[in-house]
Amino acid sequence: MGKLKAVLAAATLALGATAAQAEQTKIGFVYVSPIGDAGYTYQHDLGRKAIEEEFGDKIKVSFVESVAEGPDSERVIMNYAKNGYDMVFATSFGYMNPTLKVAKKFPKVAFEHATGYKRAKNVNTYVARFYEGRYLAGLVAGKMTTSNVIGYVAAFPIPEVVRGINAFTRGIREVNKDAQVRVIWTNSWFDPGKEREAADTLIGQGADVLNMHADSPATIQAAADAGVYAIGYNSDLSKFGPKAQLTSTVTNWAPYYVKRVTEVLEGKWEGNQDTWDGLKEGMVEMAPFNDAVPQDVRDLVEKAKQDIIAGTLHPFAGPINDNEGKERVAAGTTMTDGDLLGFNWYVEGVVGKLPN
Amino acid sequence: MIGFEVETIIAILLGVARGATPLVFAAIGELITEKAGVLNLGVEGMMLVGAVGGFIAVVATGSPTVGFIAAMLAGALLSALFAVLVLFLHTNQVASGLALTIFGVGVSAFFGLKYIGTPIKGLQAIDIPGLSDIPIVGPLLFGHDIMVYAAFVLVAVTAWFLNKSRWGMILRAVGESHHAAHAIGYPVVLIRFCAILFGGAMCGLAGAYISLIYTPMWAENMTAGRGWIALALVVFATWKPGRALIGAYLFGGVTILQLNVQSLGLDVSGHLMNMLPYIATILVLVLISRDETKIRLNAPACLGKPFRADG
Repeated sequence: MGKLKAVLAAATLALGATAAQAEQTKIGFVYVSPIGDAGYTYQHDLGRKAIEEEFGDKIKVSFVESVAEGPDSERVIMNYAKNGYDMVFATSFGYMNPTLKVAKKFPKVAFEHATGYKRAKNVNTYVARFYEGRYLAGLVAGKMTTSNVIGYVAAFPIPEVVRGINAFTRGIREVNKDAQVRVIWTNSWFDPGKEREAADTLIGQGADVLNMHADSPATIQAAADAGVYAIGYNSDLSKFGPKAQLTSTVTNWAPYYVKRVTEVLEGKWEGNQDTWDGLKEGMVEMAPFNDAVPQDVRDLVEKAKQDIIAGTLHPFAGPINDNEGKERVAAGTTMTDGDLLGFNWYVEGVVGKLPN
Repeated sequence: MIGFEVETIIAILLGVARGATPLVFAAIGELITEKAGVLNLGVEGMMLVGAVGGFIAVVATGSPTVGFIAAMLAGALLSALFAVLVLFLHTNQVASGLALTIFGVGVSAFFGLKYIGTPIKGLQAIDIPGLSDIPIVGPLLFGHDIMVYAAFVLVAVTAWFLNKSRWGMILRAVGESHHAAHAIGYPVVLIRFCAILFGGAMCGLAGAYISLIYTPMWAENMTAGRGWIALALVVFATWKPGRALIGAYLFGGVTILQLNVQSLGLDVSGHLMNMLPYIATILVLVLISRDETKIRLNAPACLGKPFRADG
């Protein structure tokens, strides 16, 4: 439906081409998966809709969905640049090198690349501090568990995912010293069947709250079927288990997109910048709580949220022990962003050994 | 040992049945197709088309029964395309089968685009009051969804059909020597067409099991390679339905076991554990292949060979 609308919109624009439209700033989005109505790409598309809402006729926005990482994405990004687009949002990690390659050939086009680490004069990178939301989710999970076994369905053992598990566990242990987190790696970003099996296995071993870092809502469904709780990721996934989802760590790209587009419109946009925003900037949000979450837990989460925003609370402030009892971060120190980017050990409370 | 209480073991066994069931359907479908002498490598594509077809039907009607029928029709429809290519146009079966998978991935994604993220109510396990409540035996024997039982029935019927029924013998004759079967007067092309359609329908059913019961949702490429495993299972089973069933449960078992080992925090490499089901498959294939007669006795002699009536 979205696609049809976009095509119709494009056709209408083409028919009614006027002088005014020649002055429009053209912005292109590249998505790694179909928009659908939940998930990673869906959240980026909400950001796209937000800039359309904000700037109206001043800009012309289009998108291409389901673009494979690698050569396919280079073609799509190149096409935007060739067709006179002023700004391109490449929203997946694997678009990094193609984006840089095209950016080199089109120095006047502004490129924005999500979740990458390579920048250039006309390429910015941006990513959300998901871990802040994970920490808040941990507070909820730690309070809601009765079995003290909490499950985590995770995709790949890379620092980004490990950081999420650790932040979640820090939140849990803040309110519940007896709870432990059990992790199952599916070694795939997207395999609903396997995520389901992993979630069922964790439930079978006594987990009564599940969290996940993968792209399908299978974990929420498994929790709903078994009558236990789960925490969502990327989008509000409550429709897959209205009673099961306690809350969800949601990304909101809209404020960032509006800010960057404003800069381009005003001619103030600059490249070579890295943005890592979290709760404070509104890039990370929590989905509405399940009715089952009592008021005192909601208050606790709200207070922690305000403290993180105020900068008085950091999920990775020392002392932090790893799960073998060794002190990794001394009291009084806090892990730096660099430390967080290279996370390769479990904090106290996670069961097992990190695959290497 | 921590975690391995009776409840855990029951949960594991229920998980094994859910993981194995789609493999059983797809493997049996492919087994019949291959017994008729046709190698259809499009299992993954047909499963995906069945998954999306069944899902759309359930969104439209709300009835799982309609969903499963639609899935079978969708799978059969795609396999009919393959049948026309290989039976009438005599295209290469391997290439056509691979193309069918690629086509199935694309066409299912196209029709499923609107349905990504649409929630449906999955088919729940049947619950027989009294019987399901018996400790241990109750949930294990009576706690599954209906398709788990249907898979067992399908295996029994297929075994009977191939070994005991007249039509089963004819099907095998066509797969063993299409020229001989043709000379006696059997309609080789028609029989193969039917076998391919049946294979397509079963693969469609396997796909629908995933999109309607296992993980009730639609997502692009959601079968995630299970079609290829089903293909391997047919060889693994040396074209015997009973062994295909055992193979599917073995495969499901190893998968679930490795997940349990991981979450118990045992110090075993997750990657190594993930490989286990595949290693098991290769190991069995090697063991079977050592005894050449076993393969020869059971593999249809005309498998993959095109048939021309005048040839």
